Amino acid sequence: MKNEELVSINNLSFSYNKHKVLDNVSLTICKGEYLGVIGPNGGGKTTFLKLILNLIPLQSGSISLFGIPINQFKDWSKIGYVPQRLGQKETTFPATVYEIVSLGYFSKLNLLQKISDAQKNKQIQKAMEIADVWNIRNEMITQLSGGQQQRVFIAKSLVSSPQLLILDEPTVGVDVETQEKFYNFLHHLNTVHNLTLVIVSHDIEVVVNEVNKVACLNKTLICDVPPKQFIQEDYFTQVYGKSRRLLLHNH
Amino acid sequence: MNINLLEIFQYGFMVRAILAGLIIGSIAPLIGTFLVAKKYALIADTLAHVSLVGVAIGLFIGINPLYTALAVAMLVAVIIEKLRTDQQLSGETALAIFLSGGLATAIVLLSLSRGFNVDIFSYLFGSIATVNSVDLWLMLLLGVVVAATVVIFYQQLFYIAFDEETAASSGIDVKKLNLLLLLLTAIVVGMAIRVVGALLIGALMVIPVVTASKIAKSFKTALFLSIVISLVSVITGLIVAFYLNLPAGGTIVIVSLLFFGLTLLFKSP
Repeated sequence: MKNEELVSINNLSFSYNKHKVLDNVSLTICKGEYLGVIGPNGGGKTTFLKLILNLIPLQSGSISLFGIPINQFKDWSKIGYVPQRLGQKETTFPATVYEIVSLGYFSKLNLLQKISDAQKNKQIQKAMEIADVWNIRNEMITQLSGGQQQRVFIAKSLVSSPQLLILDEPTVGVDVETQEKFYNFLHHLNTVHNLTLVIVSHDIEVVVNEVNKVACLNKTLICDVPPKQFIQEDYFTQVYGKSRRLLLHNH
Repeated sequence: MNINLLEIFQYGFMVRAILAGLIIGSIAPLIGTFLVAKKYALIADTLAHVSLVGVAIGLFIGINPLYTALAVAMLVAVIIEKLRTDQQLSGETALAIFLSGGLATAIVLLSLSRGFNVDIFSYLFGSIATVNSVDLWLMLLLGVVVAATVVIFYQQLFYIAFDEETAASSGIDVKKLNLLLLLLTAIVVGMAIRVVGALLIGALMVIPVVTASKIAKSFKTALFLSIVISLVSVITGLIVAFYLNLPAGGTIVIVSLLFFGLTLLFKSP
């Protein structure tokens, strides 16, 4: 039986001032997948994510989320998003971890909906426990390390119980040990909590080791294959040339 | 020197000034907290300079300058946000243009109408004696509207102050909320001209907030603490100004700066 399609992208093209960054990209993301989106700088990865999240308007092609065309899609609580190095902005913002995580509840709410504080707090606590940040709930976000901040932002995304979590370069500037723990945590979310993950990363070696599907974007979709096939068919050389080698290592 | 502390309440204009100060002192940091968190605090100063154009228009056509200042500040808030979101100008550039452009236009309009002998100083630096009971009722009404709007949209405003992109990905209409925040800023600026003046309102919206942020342990505490610091600054400033015959607007801002200085002294980075 075919898995449920959470994201369905057909013939997607996008240009900034006549400069084409995406050309005729088609891709589906199914329930339970852990998709790694890789590609060289300027290959259209971030634009691709922004289009899926409806942060920039469609120009050509179509996107459906949970079977609904994106311009009619309303239930954004089904999708969690952790943007690139959100933590870098947090040098002065005076808020506690709990206050930041509770923002994640917002996508579940509308103004007419009345939900008890107890119910809300329970859901926030659950998300914080999954991300292992409950014990630092009263800390100021500015006092945390980069790795801890990323966990907080993931906890925020988990509050609305999403089915799909999208992360843009989540480990840039994070040390190797913290990175390893972080990817173990993502693996746990994918396998134990059955959360569909999409991760955009420059770190191809790590991504290829962690994910169960690799999508390589360089304006067009070069490949959309399992990691093993990505290595065997040498898609890496096709995109990055022979001067760069893929170093695989096990975590 | 024998100072009668109750003397201040024997003057109707001082009672009105204190009431106006309490209203402005509460809502200026309420809005300022979100502006500072968004790193967009200069918008308050820009709208304050622009509101002087409204003052000049009001004086020229002979209606209460408070109304025209409010109208012009709100109109320009809409224009600035439109320019920023259409990416015709960066936020910072738009502010720089309107800040100096507003003051230049106001000066020309004032000189065309009645010359500089108009009480321009009272609009630049505030003039508590000019707060009449109609102004006070209008301030109270607008103050309640601003406070109620913040209470209703608190979570959304907090979200866009934290990060616009993730707020947008949660389905929040960031453009409309940014516009709402600017309109609220314009209202506060228009209201505050009488009390602290166009050149000093930015300080009242920013200094208590920055002071509170240095010592608060959460966003909500920072918000409440900034209001407390602002209210204490306004009341202390008004009393000191009254007894020492000093300009009220400047005295209020200096008191708030003293609080800021104290936090720098006693709070390590």
